[in-house]
Amino acid sequence: MRRVYLDHAATTAVHPEVLEEMLPYLKEEFGNPSSIYSWGREAKAAVEKARARLAHLLGAHPAEIVFTSGGTESDNFALRGVAAANSQKGNHIITTKIEHHAVLHTAEQLEKEGFRVTYLPVDRDGLVRPEDLEEALTPDTVLVSIMFANNEIGTIEPIAELARIAKSKGVIFHTDAVQAVGNIPIDVKELNVDLLSLSGHKIYGPKGTGALYIRRGTRIEPLLLGGAQERKWRAGTENVPGIVGLGKAAELAEKELPQRMKHLTELRDLLINGVMERIDHVRLNGHRTQRLPGNASFCFEFVEGESLLLNLDLAGIAASSGSACTSGSLEPSHVLMALGIPPEVAHGSLRLTLGRDNTREDVEYVLSVLPDIVARLRAISPLAPGGVKEDV
Amino acid sequence: MYNEKVMDHFMHPRNVGEIENPDGVGQVGNPVCGDIMKIFLRIKDGRIEDIKFKTFGCGAAIATSSMITELVRGKTLDEAMTISNKVVAEALGGLPPQKLHCSNLAADALHAAIEDYKRKRVS
Ligand SMILES: Cc1ncc(COP(=O)(O)O)c(C=O)c1O
Repeated sequence: MRRVYLDHAATTAVHPEVLEEMLPYLKEEFGNPSSIYSWGREAKAAVEKARARLAHLLGAHPAEIVFTSGGTESDNFALRGVAAANSQKGNHIITTKIEHHAVLHTAEQLEKEGFRVTYLPVDRDGLVRPEDLEEALTPDTVLVSIMFANNEIGTIEPIAELARIAKSKGVIFHTDAVQAVGNIPIDVKELNVDLLSLSGHKIYGPKGTGALYIRRGTRIEPLLLGGAQERKWRAGTENVPGIVGLGKAAELAEKELPQRMKHLTELRDLLINGVMERIDHVRLNGHRTQRLPGNASFCFEFVEGESLLLNLDLAGIAASSGSACTSGSLEPSHVLMALGIPPEVAHGSLRLTLGRDNTREDVEYVLSVLPDIVARLRAISPLAPGGVKEDV
Repeated sequence: MYNEKVMDHFMHPRNVGEIENPDGVGQVGNPVCGDIMKIFLRIKDGRIEDIKFKTFGCGAAIATSSMITELVRGKTLDEAMTISNKVVAEALGGLPPQKLHCSNLAADALHAAIEDYKRKRVS
């Protein structure tokens, strides 16, 4: 059976060239970068090379990159670190209703610890309105955290404009760019952001790797205390093979970005147009054009997401959904709710996220099986219109 | 995640559909939580002569609906009333723990349909 992986927003396969660069650091190059003898110096050099590559991808200075264990740690670091370092100045944080849980749950915890958090709404396409940010800023605001691109619906936020508004009031600006890095061009100097989170496993690098970009001079405290690694910004012996892999993934992302964007955008539009043409009672989630090149997100009315996923899996297709059953809670995804989609419709969500290895044939295969799956589930559904139906 | 029996009922649900002018109809769940089960009954001589269902929901919701239609077809109403959600889950060889509460409502739908039948008969 054909197998098609369409869940690249969840994770990606390690690029063969990334793996190749990592292997020596899992074998003979096992030294601790803090050691002064040759093994240590070689490991240290590998970490610094990776730092330079990642900094280059972002238009940052290498000293502004701190390696972490992934997007989640970077988000925790940014929010908690800024909150702790600036609590004298104020206790107000602004974020949005559609952030990843790594940001949302950290913000909720900070609320318990005495911070006040404003969760900005979004419009029906998932865009934050700059005027809402302007209104929410107060003299007490110490941090604005707005994601670069949403992991469920793919909408790309107007980060440059939002950062400009925050910075004009002297407020630190963080962006969770886990889904954006490697998929769209990002230059931290041009965007004027202070902090940016990224993750290795979303860009064909290894899992458990990531980084936080910290603009020089940003008031922040470390999250993890201990040894003097990462110039004391992140204690703990470095994940050398992982960091090497992340560095290589960053280099490849920079080199391949134009082709990746073109390839993914073509496949995405083929997929979106194909689905909208072949299936009725379907809604495209997220902004039509201001969206990640590889993201196609839909809601199919009258059917439930987990049922869709199970059927797709039996057809060899890997995808994801924001339905309650798949989110592990009783409510559908907070992102779909924030768009104003009724819950019964949000339960029928399906996210297909393309990657560099996908082909036109993959998309055509999905388009050949998805309409029948939706039709079969609608035939079972008491919500579907069509009156009395006999056995199916 | 699901065992083979559950997947079989999910992919090949038994007795899907509606009954025209049914003797009893029961519906449970709500669209907000993502599961709606609707059961239609034809009753003859105190027995379930025919049963059909329609379900909006996850794999467990569809499989339990299908299973219960097999369990109670031909049974007396009293027998059918003794079938619980737990019995349905056991007949399927078990469900993942997180599904036992949210999507295991088929017996509730059946009981609602039987109550509906009894109410209609009185009036
Ligand atoms: C937007 C966003 N932020 C943060 C994360 C967490 O990243 P990680 O899996 O590296 O901890 C993810 C990954 O799911 C994400 O999509």
